[in-house]
This record gives sequence, C-alpha cells and structure tokens, in this order.
Amino acid sequence: MDTSHFFVTGDPMIYGADVSIVLAVVAIVFCLTYFKKWGWIWREWITTVDHKKIGIMYLLAALLMLFRGGVDALLMRAQLAVPNAHFLESEHYNEIFTTHGTIMILFMAMPFMFALFNMVVPLQIGARDVAFPALNAISFWLFFIGAMLFNLSFVIGGSPNAGWLSYPPLSESAFSPGPGQNYWIWGIQISGIGSLATGINFVVTILKMRTPSMRLRDMPLFTWSTLASSIAILGAFPILTVTLAMLTIDRLLGGHFFTSTAGGNPMMYVNLIWMWGHPEVYIVVLPAFGVFSEVVATFSKKRIFGYSSMVFSMIAISVVSYYTWVHHFFTMGAGADVNIVFAICTMIIAIPTGVKVFNWLFTMFRGRVRITQPMLWFYAFVPCFLVGGATGVMLAAAPADYQYHNSYFLIAHFHQVLIGGVVFGYLAGMYYWFPKIFGFKLNDRLGKWGFWLWQIGFYVCFMPQYALGFMGMTRRIYTYNASAGWDMGWAPLNMVSTVGAFLMGIGFIFQVWQIVYSIKHGERDVTGDAWDGRTLEWSIPSPAPVYNFAILPEVKGRDAWWYQKQEMKNGDYQEKPVKYEPIHMPKNTGVPFIMACFFFIAGFGFTFEWMWMGVAGLIGVVVTLFVRSFQYDTDYYIPVEEIERTENEYRNRVLSAQQTAN
Amino acid sequence: MSNHEHTASIKAYVIGFILSIILTIIPLVLVLNHMMAKSVLLPVILIAAVLQFVIQLFFFMHIRDGEGPRYNVMALVLGLIFVITIVVGAIWIMSFNSVVQ
Amino acid sequence: MQQSASAHVSNHDHGHVDQEGLKILGFWIFLVTDCLLFATLFAAYAVLHTHTNGGFTGKEFDKPGFIIETFILLISSFTSGIAVLFMHKGNKKALLGWLIVTAALGAVFVGLEINEFTNMVHEGATISTSAFLTSFFTLVGTHGLHVTVGIFWMIGLMIQLSRKGITNVTKRKISVISLYWHFLDAVWIFILTVVYLMGVM
Repeated sequence: MDTSHFFVTGDPMIYGADVSIVLAVVAIVFCLTYFKKWGWIWREWITTVDHKKIGIMYLLAALLMLFRGGVDALLMRAQLAVPNAHFLESEHYNEIFTTHGTIMILFMAMPFMFALFNMVVPLQIGARDVAFPALNAISFWLFFIGAMLFNLSFVIGGSPNAGWLSYPPLSESAFSPGPGQNYWIWGIQISGIGSLATGINFVVTILKMRTPSMRLRDMPLFTWSTLASSIAILGAFPILTVTLAMLTIDRLLGGHFFTSTAGGNPMMYVNLIWMWGHPEVYIVVLPAFGVFSEVVATFSKKRIFGYSSMVFSMIAISVVSYYTWVHHFFTMGAGADVNIVFAICTMIIAIPTGVKVFNWLFTMFRGRVRITQPMLWFYAFVPCFLVGGATGVMLAAAPADYQYHNSYFLIAHFHQVLIGGVVFGYLAGMYYWFPKIFGFKLNDRLGKWGFWLWQIGFYVCFMPQYALGFMGMTRRIYTYNASAGWDMGWAPLNMVSTVGAFLMGIGFIFQVWQIVYSIKHGERDVTGDAWDGRTLEWSIPSPAPVYNFAILPEVKGRDAWWYQKQEMKNGDYQEKPVKYEPIHMPKNTGVPFIMACFFFIAGFGFTFEWMWMGVAGLIGVVVTLFVRSFQYDTDYYIPVEEIERTENEYRNRVLSAQQTAN
Repeated sequence: MSNHEHTASIKAYVIGFILSIILTIIPLVLVLNHMMAKSVLLPVILIAAVLQFVIQLFFFMHIRDGEGPRYNVMALVLGLIFVITIVVGAIWIMSFNSVVQ
Repeated sequence: MQQSASAHVSNHDHGHVDQEGLKILGFWIFLVTDCLLFATLFAAYAVLHTHTNGGFTGKEFDKPGFIIETFILLISSFTSGIAVLFMHKGNKKALLGWLIVTAALGAVFVGLEINEFTNMVHEGATISTSAFLTSFFTLVGTHGLHVTVGIFWMIGLMIQLSRKGITNVTKRKISVISLYWHFLDAVWIFILTVVYLMGVM
C-alpha cells in the first residue's frame, strides 16, 4: 500500500485538527498527572463494569460525535450555499459526506441509544446490573476504539470517501486503494461486535434480571422498546459483520464477492448491506419511541393509553422492519415482483407507528399536561416525524421512487425521520433521565433557546430540500452550476437550507452551554424523583448507589412506583421491616479495555495492510479472551454496613430537604 | 441442572449419533451414485439435512431442557425465520441475474 | 413522607439470579446470531456458486476428503456428548479423556481441511480465481476457523478443569463449549449438503 501520504497534508482544516488533537492529548495527560488522577481514571472509569458509568461514557462519546458529525454537515452546507463554490473540492466533499453519515448513524445514534439502555433499563426493572457486566464494558470499549480508529483517518492516511455504506465497485481496491476505505471497514466492524454483544446483554437482562415480582407485562415501555430494539440488533448485526468481512476479503485477499470481474456481483453487497441497514434504522428509532412513552405518561400524569397495542406495535415494527430492505434499491433492477412485495411491506410498517402516535395523543387527552423540556421535544417530534413518515410512504411507492431515489427528496425524508424521531427522542431521553444519572436537572432557559433554534433550524434546513428534490437536485454532488443555460434554480433554496443548518449548529452550542452551566447551577435532585415519575428508577437516589436497589422492589403492576406513591399518600402502604443482606456485585476488570486496545492494533494494521500487525492484534485479542476465561475471582459482596450507611445518608438528605421546604 | 439427567443419557446420544449417521449416509449414497434426477435429489438431501439438524438439536443439544420460559427455543425459532429470510430473500432478489443473462 | 421502594423485603431469595443459567441462555442467543452469520455466507454462496469464471467447479471437489471430514466431525460431536455425560456423573478423569478425544478429532478435521485447501490452491483454485471460489473458501474457511477456535478453547477449559475440578462454574463452561461444538457439527451438515453434495451432483 502506498503510505507516502501517511499523514494527511495540504488542508488547513486538517492541520488545525492535527494541532488540536496533539494539544488535547497533552492537556489530558498533563491534567491527569498534575491532579494525580491516573489511578482514579483506571479504577473508576477504564476498568468499570458498572452499567451507569458505562452509560455516562457512551453519552459523552455520542455528544462528541454529534459535534464532529455536525461540523461535517455545516462544512457541506457551506460548500453548497452558493453555486460553483470552491470551499471544498470534490474529493474532500466526498470524504465529508461519507464521514458525516457514518458518524451520525454508527458513532452518534448507536452510542446515544446504548447510553440510554445502560443508564435506564436496569433501574426500570429493579435489577442491580445487566446480565453480563464485563461484556457490557467490552461493548463500550470496542465501540470507543472503533470510533477512534475511524476518526483517526482524518489526520492519518485519509478518510473514506465512498459514501456511508461504501458500495462496491467503488469501495473495492481497484477504485479505492489506500487506507481510507479500510478505516471505514474496521471502525465499523470492531464497533459492530460491541453492538451485537449489547444486544445479547440486554435481551438476557430484560428476560432474566427483572425484580422477581415484575412480569413482562408490568415492564415500562422504554424497557419493552429496548427489548424490541435488541432483538432487531441480534437479527441484523451478524449480516453487517459478514458483509464487511466479505468486502475485506475482496480488498485484502483479492477475493471476488463484489468485484466487477471474475464473477463478482456488486449488487449482492447492496442487498446484504441493506438487509442490515434497514433494521438498523428501526433499531435506533424504537428506543426513541420508548422514551416518548415514558415522557408522555409522566408529564400527562396519566397511564399510557393502550399499553398492549404499544407493545405489539413495537414488536411488529421490530420484525416487519426485517422485510423492507429492498426499498433502498428499487431502481437497481431486482424486478417488479420483488419491488412490489417490499413496497407493500414498507407501507405496512407505517401502521404500527401510527398506532403509537395516536396512543401518545390519547394519553395526553384529559391528562394534566406539564410542559417540561422532555415534553417539548415530544411536541416537536410529532409533526416532524409524521411528515417524515409520510414522505417515506411516498418513497415506498416503487415506481414513484424512480424519480425520488437519491435526490434531495430522499435526503430530506431520512433526515426528517432520523432527526425528528431519533435525535429528538434521544434528546428528550437525555433531558428526562439526566437528573437520575447526574443528580441535577439541566437548565430550562438555555434548554429552550437550544430547542427553538433546533426546531426553526431544522425546518429551514430540510423543507427546502424536498423542493430541491422535485427540482432535480441529486444527492452527493459537491457543487452545482448557475451559469446561463445550466441554471436549474437550485441556488436560493440551497442558501436557505444552509442558514437552517447553521441555526441548528447554534442550537447545539446552547445545549453544550446548558450542560456546562447546569453542572454548577442546575437544580439539584435531592429526592431521586425529579419529575414525580411513575416507574421504578425514580424510587432510588439520584445518582443511584452502585448497587441500585438496597432491597429488590416488589412490583404489583405497571407504573409500580406511581401506584406505590398513591398507596403511601392514602396510608394504604404497608411498610415492611428493612433487612439488608450483602449484595453480590461484579469486580472491575481491565480486560475489556486491553482487548479493545488489541482490536485497535489489529484494525490499524489491517487498515494499512500491514498483515503482521493485524494478525498480532488479533492474537492479542484471543490471548485476552483466554486470560479472562482463567479469571475466576470476578465478584465481591457489598457488606451490610455500607448499604445501611448509603441508605441512611439518602434518607437524611430527603428529610432535611423536606424540612427546608417546610 | 438436574433436568439434564433426563435427556442427557447415553441412550439419547447413541440414538442421535446413529440417526445422524443414517441421515448422512443416505444423501451421500444417493448423490455419489447419481441415483435420482437432480430435481428430486435436491429436496431429498435438503430434507435429510434439516432432519439431522433437528435430531441433533434434541438429542445432542438438549433443546427441550430447562425450567421456565423456553427463551432459547424462541430465540432459535426467530433465528431460523431470519435465516430463511436471508437465504431465500437473497436468492430471490438476485435471481434477476439469470433473467438478464 | 418516606419515599423508598427499598423498604421492602423481597419474598423469594431470588436476589441471587442463577448466574450459570444466565450465561447458558446468553450463549444460546449468541449461537443464534452465529447461525445468521453462516446464513449470510450461505446466501452469498447460493448467489455466487455458479460464477466459476471458467475455472474450478464444484464437480472437482475431493469426494473422499469431505466424506471423511464429515464423519470425523460427527464422531467428535458424539464424543463431546459422552464427555458431558461423565461430567454430570462427576467423573473428572473420564471427562478430560473424552474432551481430549474430541479436540484431537477436531484437530484432524482442521488438518484435513487445510490439506484440502492447499491442494486446491496448488491446482490453481485460489480465493481470487472466481466469485464461486471466494465464497467457497470464505464459507468453509469460516467454519474451519470456528472449529480451530473451539479446539483452543477446549484446551483452555481442560487446563481449568484439571486445576479446579468439576464445579458449578466449570460445569457451565463445559456445557457452553459442548453446545458450541454441536452447533458447529450442525452447520457442517448444511455445508456438506449445500456445498459439497450439490457441488458434485
């Protein structure tokens, strides 16, 4: 491989990135050394198997990646604001749309989702941890290392530029020699293994670790959405793993799965990658639906309307989403009979989604609705996702799709459902559960600024893109002409769209400011029940103690915490004597982090086609697995005195807060 | 794990082993001796394969064991539905190739 | 007003989830995802197996080779079951003995397969010759890799068994690898049928 361009050169932005990366690393190393925090960071974060901390790390990573992916978006919009711009040349523009898409879906949405799973699900089901805590840590570090590897391409070797899904033949070694494309493969491959492991972890956690009195039909809807999403992860990610491996075999070993010679079939790649890709977008949207179910019920002070239909619809969506993938390539020539079947399946999936929206609205009807930050994001979601979903049904009509496919109409559609559904949902979840995890709420005023900038920015950015699609503008073009004879009239709408994008960017800045500001000034959550919630996570302190529940809660039905509070108000609640027992907890371990480091070595080696390094890394991974297998001393017990101390401290805090309130 | 004692007996393993051998030999003999037309042979060997798989599930992998909800069975059934979708779906979608040729 | 759902006594002692049962369920689910992995490889093989690019075709598969491989793997699946029987009876020596037999048979299987692949490469049938061969080597090779990983895993467990004896934890570990080993034989049934038998038909 030609490594004369090992360090990417020639672009001021990249030099800027080089400098910032070095400065950031130096700053981090300096701070850790000066404040003597190396031991702390190893003990408390790098080797943790605590799902709550893992959730925090996922959240931080997701927000950082939201920033990076967002900057990519702003760069693209800046380039497209005026015709014939030379802000970004075509090659660079291709790299940016590739990284934007890859980062937003795989390194922003997935970790954000895993953050919510980890922070919330064990608390909602009355469990003390997930089923496989060490595997949970492995999942995080594999994601982290995959993301690091992918991001490294920017400054070392060069970014991939064949689109976020890297279709062959363009992504084959004949047309994309060099490390860029390999970075894409290995970043996603390594991170994908982590995702699959998380899917297994949460399915088993939800099925087997619920507090004994909680039946499946007593579970909160966010937990159900996690189950539905995890099942889809199990069904989809193996396909991704294999498809990426096949592309690797083509590139690295001269194989012919998807080449245009020796019998390879590029369309097979498209077929397989979308078999994963379509379930993937439902994987990320289902938990957003779960968030809304919690938020709407809590802030309407009412039980969710139609719990059973909510559960069935989520499972239906999870399974039916597995049968729609061809709609991503109607125009590739699979034939009318194939197209019809998948067009119909695609349209069918709108039905359970519609059921959910109606159920949320019916929940609000005759409820005592409070407008809080999470609720604001729900209000924003409804019109946004509805329109996005409707344009989806338009795209699902296969013959019509021949016009819309790969135009700006498509871009507007998927951004509308991904931002309106996934991003708004996850932000609502972040605002909702932030106090539970960190112990303080995020500031309302700054949050509202962020919210409105996002809303206005979103519509200003994406509504013109539907029109641009109708006007014939295709996706992935780095510029367009407006000189006489060539002018399609795209320029004004592109300018408007760019303004909208920057408004969203400013909205994000407000959110970052909001978080920083609230660390010191945010309203503290003393009781653990920041919103007068309905589900079990609100019955324990904020932040939760390491063992979550001192005694496993007894659940009598849905919205267990709410009904217990009503019982306590009415004096019907029978408090039983408290008898603590030592709590069995998993020990921290360095294995996940070390394994991820070996994966990094393997990924980096294979990216540059240095086989010795790649193989050495893989051997390292196997060795770490072996070492872990020989580790038998993996648990410990929290003694009763410690539990008593923690619980009493919490009770005193609550009492004194109540006294000050009185 | 006391349930294991019931299906995990030497009898079960021997029966499973013998049935597997039979279900391996039959397709081998049929194919290597060209004993049937291809269009008949194909479904026969596939059915033999599926049968042997099911036998090994019961006799070797003790799929019926365990108390409580049979989550492993549910996972397997859903998984097999996905397997069929992946394989049949790919063949169907990609078969336009033969039309185009 | 006290707000603590924790002021409850759980009425069963299920505060302790069955750790070993958890891991076995988790592993079953992992095996199902491994099925999907192989399904994707089979799908690619199904689509590409006629794309022989004028080179090696299925008719040239070495028949005695794949027949012997099949029976060796099937016998090893049986012997792994025998090993588990002795484990339930608490007989550590017999368990170890039958595990060694299983691993040895597995090693013979892998050796035969490496031999088969090397011969094909020497005949000019390599992974870059055609889409058919790429998908053949990948599908069958992935299975062989799984078997190889299984052998090393088994060795690791045998060492742990000799040190710790038969405990709840080692029982679970042996159950898990035995599931894995049976699963690999189950996948081989389909490789035999779809790749080799359909190839030579």
